[in-house]
Amino acid sequence: MSAGGDDILKEAQALQWQLPRDFNDRLTEAIYAESARIAERTTARRGASRRLVWQRRVDRLLTSPATGFPIMGLCFAVVLWLTIAGANVPSALLADLLMGKVYPWLQHIAQGALPAWLAGLLVDGMYLATAWVVSVMLPPMAIFFPAFTLLEDLGYLPRVAFNLDRLFHRVGAHGKQALTMAMGYGCNAAGVIAARVIDSPRERLIAIVTNNFALCNGRWPTQILVATIFLGALAPAGLAGFVATGAVFAVAVLGLGLTLLTSWALSRTLLRGEASTFSLELPPYRPPNLWRTLYTSLIDRTLFVLWRAVVFAMPAGAVIWLVANVHVDGQSLAHWAVHGLDPLGLFLGLNGVILLAYVIAIPANEIVIPSVLMLTVLVGGHAGGEYAAGVLFEADDEAVRALLVSAGWSALTGVCLMLFSLCHNPCSTTLYTIYKETRSVKWTVLSAVMPTAIGVVLCASVAALWRWLA
Amino acid sequence: MSSACPPSACETCAVPRGPVERLGLDVSRFDHVIALAGNPNTGKSTVFNRLTGLRQHTGNWPGKTIARAEGGFAFNGRRYKIVDLPGTYSLRSASPDETVAREFILFGKPDVTVVVADATCLERNLNLALQILQITDRVVLCLNLMDEARAHGMEVDARGLAAELGVPVAPCAARSGEGVDRLLAEIEAVATGAFRARPYKLKLDVPGLAPARERLVAMLQERFPGLPNPEWIALRLLEGDRAVAAMVADGSLGRVSADHAALAVGGAAT
Repeated sequence: MSAGGDDILKEAQALQWQLPRDFNDRLTEAIYAESARIAERTTARRGASRRLVWQRRVDRLLTSPATGFPIMGLCFAVVLWLTIAGANVPSALLADLLMGKVYPWLQHIAQGALPAWLAGLLVDGMYLATAWVVSVMLPPMAIFFPAFTLLEDLGYLPRVAFNLDRLFHRVGAHGKQALTMAMGYGCNAAGVIAARVIDSPRERLIAIVTNNFALCNGRWPTQILVATIFLGALAPAGLAGFVATGAVFAVAVLGLGLTLLTSWALSRTLLRGEASTFSLELPPYRPPNLWRTLYTSLIDRTLFVLWRAVVFAMPAGAVIWLVANVHVDGQSLAHWAVHGLDPLGLFLGLNGVILLAYVIAIPANEIVIPSVLMLTVLVGGHAGGEYAAGVLFEADDEAVRALLVSAGWSALTGVCLMLFSLCHNPCSTTLYTIYKETRSVKWTVLSAVMPTAIGVVLCASVAALWRWLA
Repeated sequence: MSSACPPSACETCAVPRGPVERLGLDVSRFDHVIALAGNPNTGKSTVFNRLTGLRQHTGNWPGKTIARAEGGFAFNGRRYKIVDLPGTYSLRSASPDETVAREFILFGKPDVTVVVADATCLERNLNLALQILQITDRVVLCLNLMDEARAHGMEVDARGLAAELGVPVAPCAARSGEGVDRLLAEIEAVATGAFRARPYKLKLDVPGLAPARERLVAMLQERFPGLPNPEWIALRLLEGDRAVAAMVADGSLGRVSADHAALAVGGAAT
């Protein structure tokens, strides 16, 4: 039965002429009037609600142009500071356990039972990378995610979207992009999928292509660690936490700025058009169910992300060990790659190790820092000598700093690494998701090339300026 | 518990009943399909999680559920598949969310459509409930967030509401689990046919509407035999709904209803 229903449509159009012209409005009105009548008859209110009055007051404070943005910044900064200040101790404890106790024990067992190359691949490669990921990532995530989820459950996110709507509207993007951006702070792949809430294809593409500028949880640990050991260390001990928080906060704000800038550029060039309107309901503030929130954010988000990181870290660890131990012309592959990339890396204020780590970490941003550390230890082993040994066994922030400084890192390297971590291609999972959502190679490629190009320009400028000033 | 029983429930009322068995993602061999509809941020996902034992993440912001989620539970020896639809304010525009929701309610022929309504702003929530009642009368109204309504100093007469709408109304606070037993009992009553709805019909005193509608219904029934609720589709055509018009024009209306029916039957058979 392939027959269409054109005749039915024609008949419907003819019949429409016999109906009153305000037929649609009458239908709408009929539904509204009936809803009002039923609601009126079945609900009763005892006096004015104090909660409602209170809620309106809070809303005015949280969404007014004068106070909305400072409060938003403050909330975000407090969450970041709690993460940075709180993660130190458990991170050191985990590192001490996994690398100080379990690692030598595993080495001891493996050396007796396995051939040297297999022991190296399994213990020095796969185990070490995994242990690094767990000790670097687990504590900050276990604080950051529940804190973020609590804000979300309280009902704060729609207020944030409301505040940011003004900005997004001005750059020609959809106000709901604030929500997809918030999802991106957890995971960019999730943020890209969340862009489905945007009806207009033009604005949805803008939200998808620019989502990468929301730091995902694979990159928060990088930001936090580098800010702590390179920028926090510049300040007196008492202020270190605040300086590190400020640095990460600045990078996140820069991310927001780049989101707006690129959205504006796209809506003036490739994706021309005006912002469409939408309605956003400000839900009531609801007391979060604390234990359930902690449980779900720990199980669903923290462990999920950690598991993903571990899954990617194990093969990456093996790859790193192989490139560091397979020799060509008397030098390891890693040595050739790192020295080949060094000129470009130094031009960007980074180094060859970082660039190679970003190539290895294409599947998951989570493994950038572990890759950097392992490559530094394995390639520049003689340069770092004792520190290299130290980082494997102790691995607290101080040892990491000492290792990296001995490998030629400076505050400039730290700053540029933070910038590059914000602006580079999304991980392969996100890129695949972008392709699945847009069904377009063009937009997928643009999503990878645009942030990388911005990152290269940004890092090169900062490095040039820094060297010129110094 | 007994403050708002619709009269029909009394014959079958056995509250408290057997415990609900949460089946999580296991939706094999179900006896009934339940659709969960409602305005954004009324707690549909919380009700969903409560019934299925799943922990789909719920967030306090509208539009959290983007694609529809499915889960299962068993109650009194019957297995139910429950489909969590995206939240919408209306079914009358053509946004993707509304299209998903109304196509499922219309063509998926769920045995029960649970409309989750926010007791603190009943009027706006009733707009959607009335539109759903135009499509199907196999509806249970879940009057959620009763705890918030109480905190706001509001009282909702659930019994009066049930009398107005002609369908069962279950007041509850899904977050704490209050009233969920009652909701389950009402779902069962509608699913098994123990409760027969008095179909609620919105009065539309528009001159010329009734004959025009009848004419279109006849044509639709002839072209697409077995089409669910041709009256509603005829009304949409008269309203100039482009999405529905497109489905009529290319004949996909017949296919969509056949696909959804096959889906429901196929699922039940396995």
